[in-house]
Amino acid sequence: MKNKYSIFSLIKNAFSQHENWKQAWGDPEPKKEYEAVIVGGGGHGLATAYYLAKKHNMKNIAVLEKGWIGGGNTGRNTTIIRSNYLWDASAGLYDHALKIWENLSQELNYNIMFSQRGVMNLAHNLQDVRDLKRRTHANRLNGIDAVWLDTKQVKEFCPIINISQDIRYPVLGGTLQRRAGTARHDAVAWGYARGADAMGVDIIQNCEVKGIKRNGDHVEGLDTTKGFIKTKKIGVVAAGHSSVIANMAGLKLPLESKPLQALVSEPVKPIIDTVVMSNAVHAYVSQSDKGELVIGAGTDAYISYTQRGSHDVVEGTLKAILELYPIFSRMKMLRQWGGIVDICPDASPIISKTNIKGLYFNCGWGTGGFKATPGSGDLFAHTIANDEPHKLNAAFNLNRFVSGDLVDEHGAAAVAH
Amino acid sequence: MFVINCPYCGERDQSEFSCGGEAHIVRPKQPTELSDDEWAEYLFMRKNIKGVQFERWNHAHGCRKWFNMVRDTSNDKIHAVYKMGEKPPVI
Repeated sequence: MKNKYSIFSLIKNAFSQHENWKQAWGDPEPKKEYEAVIVGGGGHGLATAYYLAKKHNMKNIAVLEKGWIGGGNTGRNTTIIRSNYLWDASAGLYDHALKIWENLSQELNYNIMFSQRGVMNLAHNLQDVRDLKRRTHANRLNGIDAVWLDTKQVKEFCPIINISQDIRYPVLGGTLQRRAGTARHDAVAWGYARGADAMGVDIIQNCEVKGIKRNGDHVEGLDTTKGFIKTKKIGVVAAGHSSVIANMAGLKLPLESKPLQALVSEPVKPIIDTVVMSNAVHAYVSQSDKGELVIGAGTDAYISYTQRGSHDVVEGTLKAILELYPIFSRMKMLRQWGGIVDICPDASPIISKTNIKGLYFNCGWGTGGFKATPGSGDLFAHTIANDEPHKLNAAFNLNRFVSGDLVDEHGAAAVAH
Repeated sequence: MFVINCPYCGERDQSEFSCGGEAHIVRPKQPTELSDDEWAEYLFMRKNIKGVQFERWNHAHGCRKWFNMVRDTSNDKIHAVYKMGEKPPVI
């Protein structure tokens, strides 16, 4: 890797006022032809390119990004990482990712600030209690660390939480996954970009895909704002815009794109050292290293590509946050934004071949794709390189909507989708 | 967030409505003869258009009636609202 980051390189560069650091990745013009092209330069796309180069020896590849890398949902999410999903297929997928997260900073030689601060999911009614206990048992059978906490233990783990039984949605307990936590979202994109670039991957920004050229049942290349690029393999990782790309190839996907909102408060001193999520009231909160509360809200209930989101959704989330954490009542919110998420009918992703040869889709992550970034890239790279899914993503094929073998995580996962 | 002109109640806040997704998906006339592929197409596959889209809405916290709407999903601008059964306007 050019320019390895270490304490020594930091000291060395200090002597030259940090003016001689090399660029972490290049800014190449697209070549005429690539072995494979990844559409979408977010975390998942860059990770896919990284693992294609690293594990499958495909170096002549490009990542096309219509804006700047990590400028889409990678830079717009609440950075929560966990693997406490109910079904075996999901548990396998998300825990695969979590295991990669645990060594990712070392592997990439890039500090992604992975922090295993624990993720707690609250139960507010008896059905929540039954569902979450069931999920805890399922997790443990799959080797995923999960424990059930009663109300008192919830309070001990997160002292600022309001456990009064007189509130509208009282806390009746919760689950805790200690290996779960957060990571610095931008650093994930940048770390993978740097790693992929070092192995010869072309990362081409400001390059929007305008069309996919098909010859019968296989792909031949892409029309882009930087001209035609020839390739036999196209991996689409375009999140909320997956359907837009699919329509270019004459394909329909089982997706609906909706704005998902998040917001951050003004920065304050450390007050909450974990991540707390609540399915029933749809509010989740953690605190960034800068001190801002990072709050996740729900999706708008209609298709939109506006990257805004409705005010009433934020209002509902903040009402729940204030009931659970009265201490935040005078906090001022600093920023609010929306990202466009592609939601599958079964709230599980699609990492799959299509009936068009050479066209692969990694989409449908809905409201919770960030946590899967490394695993998603690894498995999608495997699928593209071998033209066959890995056993961990075999269940997440596009054909499940025909066969009916859905991975129904709707409401079964830790948070409402 | 936007204002919707309900064909029965007039202008109301979008939060009073719920969206029923893509409009004019015809229910299969002979369901027993449908293949798995055709069922998947009917049940799950959606155009999910970025741009002008025809969709169904329900005034859930109002008259509770269903109607159709033409909306640009790239900017949430509403082009037309029309009742169920009426011919979709040409946009």
